[in-house]
Order: sequence, then C-alpha cells, then structure tokens
Amino acid sequence: MLIPFFCMLRDGGMKTSITELLVLHEAMQKGLAGHNVDDFYFLARTTLVKDEAHLDRFDRIFAAYFKGVEDSLKDLMQEIPEDWLQRQAELSLSDEEKALIESMGGFEELMKALQARLDEQDSRHEGGSKWIGTAGTSPFGAYGYNPEGVRIGQQGSRNRSATKVWDKREYRNLDDSVELGTRNIKVALRRLRKFAREGAADQLDLNDTIDKTARNGGMLDIRMVPERHNAVKVLLCLDIGGSMDDHVRICEEMFSAARTEFKHLEYFYFHNFIYESMWKDNRRRQAEKTATLDIAHKYASDYKLVFVGDATMSPYEIAYAGGSVEHWNEEPGAVWIKRLLNTYPKAIWLNPEPKARWDYTPSVKLVRELMDDRMYPLTIAGLDEGMKELH
Amino acid sequence: MANERFTGTSSYIATDDLTMAVNAAVTLERPILIKGEPGTGKTQLAIEVAKSLGKPLFEWHIKSTTKAQQGLYEYDAVARLRDSQLGDDKVHDIANYILPGKVWEAFEAETQPVLLIDEIDKADIEFPNDLLQELDRMEFFVYETKKLVSARNRPIIVITSNNEKELPDAFLRRCFFHYIKFPDQDTMAKIVDVHFPGLKKALLSEALNAFYKVRDVRGLKKKPSTSELLDWIKLLLAEDIPPEALRSENARSAIPPLYGALLKNEQDVHLFEQLVFLDRRNNPS
Repeated sequence: MLIPFFCMLRDGGMKTSITELLVLHEAMQKGLAGHNVDDFYFLARTTLVKDEAHLDRFDRIFAAYFKGVEDSLKDLMQEIPEDWLQRQAELSLSDEEKALIESMGGFEELMKALQARLDEQDSRHEGGSKWIGTAGTSPFGAYGYNPEGVRIGQQGSRNRSATKVWDKREYRNLDDSVELGTRNIKVALRRLRKFAREGAADQLDLNDTIDKTARNGGMLDIRMVPERHNAVKVLLCLDIGGSMDDHVRICEEMFSAARTEFKHLEYFYFHNFIYESMWKDNRRRQAEKTATLDIAHKYASDYKLVFVGDATMSPYEIAYAGGSVEHWNEEPGAVWIKRLLNTYPKAIWLNPEPKARWDYTPSVKLVRELMDDRMYPLTIAGLDEGMKELH
Repeated sequence: MANERFTGTSSYIATDDLTMAVNAAVTLERPILIKGEPGTGKTQLAIEVAKSLGKPLFEWHIKSTTKAQQGLYEYDAVARLRDSQLGDDKVHDIANYILPGKVWEAFEAETQPVLLIDEIDKADIEFPNDLLQELDRMEFFVYETKKLVSARNRPIIVITSNNEKELPDAFLRRCFFHYIKFPDQDTMAKIVDVHFPGLKKALLSEALNAFYKVRDVRGLKKKPSTSELLDWIKLLLAEDIPPEALRSENARSAIPPLYGALLKNEQDVHLFEQLVFLDRRNNPS
C-alpha cells in the first residue's frame, strides 16, 4: 500500500531508498504505527527522511498523498519564491508597509489573502511564482515581519484547530535544493593533500625500531614517529559584495568546507580585485586592513593561493592605477596580482559564474590571462581540476 | 522482542515524534541518529533512554582524532615488544594485548545495552563509512586473534551529530533519523518545570518571554538554547531576581539581568547591547 507513496516521494525529489521502505514495512509489521495516522506520520518521517533540510518537502508530500491530491505534486516542485520567504533577515519594513499590513486587518487576514492567492496560482500553472513575487512591494513582502506566524501549508485558517501535524510544516526554511552540498566540496578538496609527520610521536616506527634494536645487540629500542597529517597550507582570497552577492551561498559552502578540511587555512576578503590591502572582517573592513605586501611576506611561498571571485568588473579596475571603484589605488590591480603570483607559484582562481559566460566578459578574459589560464568554475568538477593544478 | 517503550522520563521531556523515533529504533534494533541545535538535549537522550529502560550505558565520545578502529579494539604492539624483552609469559598470547573499545564492550554486555556515539561529525569525514558493517551486522573481526566478535544482544545505538560535517548516504540509510527542533514555549515550560519544580509561574513566564525575545534577535552567532535557559533560570533563582525585573513593559529596552548566561559570544553580546541601545534611542519612554 505504501508503494504509490514511495513513488511520490521519489517524484518529489527525495532520495528515499528501497531499504528504507522495507524498514518502514518491517516497523509497521511490528505494530509501531498503531492505528493512529499521527504515529504513522512520525514513524514514516523517522524512517524515510535523513536530512532536516528535507523535512519540509516530506511534509508537503505526505499531506498531498494523504489528501489524495496527487495533482498538487506539481507545485511541490515549484518553489514559493525563495527571496520572498527565506530572506527574513534582510527584510526590514518601512513604516508605510507596516501600515499596509494593519490596513489589511493584521496578519490573519493577510494570510487568508495569501492562501487565496496561492490557490489561484495553482489553477494558473504558469509563471505562478513570479506572480506572487511581484507582490513583493505589496503587503506580502511583509512576511519577514513576522515569519513565525505563517504556515503556508495550512488550508485556510478557519479549521486551524484541526491542523494536522504535517500541515504545520515547521521546517520550512531549511529546505535546500542546492545539489552541491559541503560534503561533495570536501571530497573534492581532499585531492589537495600533502601528508607530513608533525606533532606528538604516538605511532610505532617499525623499521626504525628493528634497525635500532639490531644495532643495540638485541636490546629493544622502541622508536616512535608522529602520525601523518594533512600539512597543506592554503591562502584563500574571497571577493565579497557587489556582483558576488548572487554567489554568497556557494561561496559560504566552499568556505566552510575549506575551513574544516585544511588545518592551515588563512583567508582574506577583497572587493572586485586585489589591490594594496585586503581585510579579514567585513564589518571592520575600513578599520582593519592588512597590506597585501605583509600577507605575501608573512605566509611562505609553500602556501597555495586560491582566489574566489566572479572576475566581473570594468577592465579599468584591473589594468589602470586609480581604477578601483572604492578608493584611489596607486598601482593597478594587475601589478598586485602579479606580485602575489610571483610569491605563490601554486595558485588558481575559482569563478562561480558558469564557464559558458566567461567569454562574454572582457575582465574575465583579462584575469584568465593574468592567471595563465588557471581559472576554474566553482563546481565540483572545477574544484577537482583546480585541486589537481595546485598539487 | 523488546516490549518496553520509551516515553520520556521524570527529568526529560520527549515530544511524540521523538518517542516514536526512539521506539522504532529500539524495536527494529537499528541505530538512531539525532541532530539538532547544540543544547537541545541530544546527548542527554541516550542517558535518559538507558535510565528509563533500565539498561547499561556505554558512551563513546568522538574527537577529531578518533578512528573507527579505536571503538572496536586496539592492539598494543609496543607493550608486547617490551614484555618480550622482560621474558613475560603473557607475551605468547596475543589476546593479552588486544584492548577492547567501547563498541566491543557494548557487544559483550550481558543485557541489551545502550551505546552512545557522541558527536560523530567531529571525526574524520570517512569515519561513519568505516563503521557501516559493524553497525549493520553488529559484528566485527579481530585480525590479530582471528576471532569474530558479534553482539550478544544488539545494542540500542544512539548517534548524535552537530552537523559540522555531512554524513554519507550509505550511513544514513542504516539509521533512523530525528531532528530535535527547538522546543516551543509550551514544551519549554514543561522542560523547565521538570528541572525546577515549583518555580513561580510569574517568573517562569517572564523568563521564557525574555528568553524567546533574545532568541529572536537577528544575526546572533549562537542563539541561546535549552541548556542555556536552564542555567540562566538557575542563576535567576540563586540571585533571587523578582519576576518584575524581567517584565518587558516597564523596562522595554532593558537588558535582561544576568544575560551572560544566555549569550556566550562576545560579538553577540555586543550586537545585543547595540540593539538595545538603538531601541532605547528610538523609543525614549
């Protein structure tokens, strides 16, 4: 009986396996689900969902299936606009928007209206998400004002008391459809490994022990060595702000993966291109700058240099003195990047823009020339190639 | 078959979905993976499960240097070499130098034990993969003695993760999964009640209000969690702070007393103070 449900989960983009389905059957056979649909929901969830990011999707599919509304699968795939729902942190309301909410009769009314709009959108089937999106300046943009109070999954607020658990969809903002998880990135980064023995000697060095014992006339002389650790050193320079805002997520993932993967990781931020200084803390970037020369002097040339940036800017910002958009730079960026590249022979540039678009931007071409073509797309395949280059 | 059911204990409030996940794991004898914000009682769960079902508990705390092998057993070759020099008789039996790890100990237990593998995400990224077979079949092979160790009673395995690293799919498929979501105000009141029975209603509700207000501050690096709330209430009681001091109406922009127990990060404290300051300036009352 669960096979259609299982198929729906798969169609809905969940990676549930047959093993897990069998476990669910086994559990039901042992009477765990009882005769209560809530229990069954909990059991199915603990068995079939293995990532909190998928809980919301599971809830939606569960609701859809057990209402017998298989058609609504269609809008499971079609996300409610992300920027509208998820950027709660960025949303701040102007007074007139707040007034608008009040004029709509507060949040209850607002949400009813929203539900109506969503339903209408269902019947339209095309461009639906955009339709709601244009409501951004309308009271619906106000969602961020009180994100806790809203349950999209709820079918009308009149039967609130009878709301099903899965209809609450409390895990809403955890859903991620980004395929590139940090695990993949870490596995790619693992290519860049250089083992060295350092630290406390806690492993038996068998060869040396045999050798020393033999020389010692048979008296045991135990030799220890430190365990091997990844000793690769990485200097990460990240472009931040401006056109990079579109790529914040992937850069964050890349950054957090790199942080746990490399013991010796130093990072600096820059805006658009490298000039005479970079910074470590974006909140205090005017006050606490580090001179690029100091960086080059402080970190030895065995560091691997990785730039992350879209390299999309006006070519003047690279080639001319005073070309920076933020300050007057005495020397062109090209000179500074050359200096860094001379210090660090192992260097790559990772570009979050898709490779197909590189040719259309003159500055990308320029940067590629400066980097001797060592520019790779910020994808798993690109990282893989890049790490090979760094090795 | 185990017919006892876990329903939470006198000192641990378990929600319905959590009890279901634990009972499924107990009944089907499969590991359960618990994730959630730090301080929501993940580790505590294993302790409470063991306590309420009356089973022995084995705790294996994972560090960044922990290897999967260490949970099974370690062969102390150095000690054996030394003993051979001293002519100790022990040296003829290699089994004397095999030191069982936590997993082995749990496998050998007389009654069905609870095995806690705490913070599995701290270890190397391959660590969970190295334990697949052991957790699946509940047995492993000791190469030095050519002996197969299999569990006398399949232990109830509780695994916790803080999400520092993602876990491999193959590993996840073998586990039940539960994400402890942050408790809502009602559940939180129950939790506090379990820890501080007889706490004055007024203080509790004021404390919870203040707590959730702090949690709602945007951009905090580490939001205060259940364990911080409990610590804070302990302090409030110790200092005998009256509930009025926490009330937001008469001091709407005041920093809650002893907030150091809630915010553990210097930047968060800074941010919080700034917000309060701004609030005060915008709403002079």
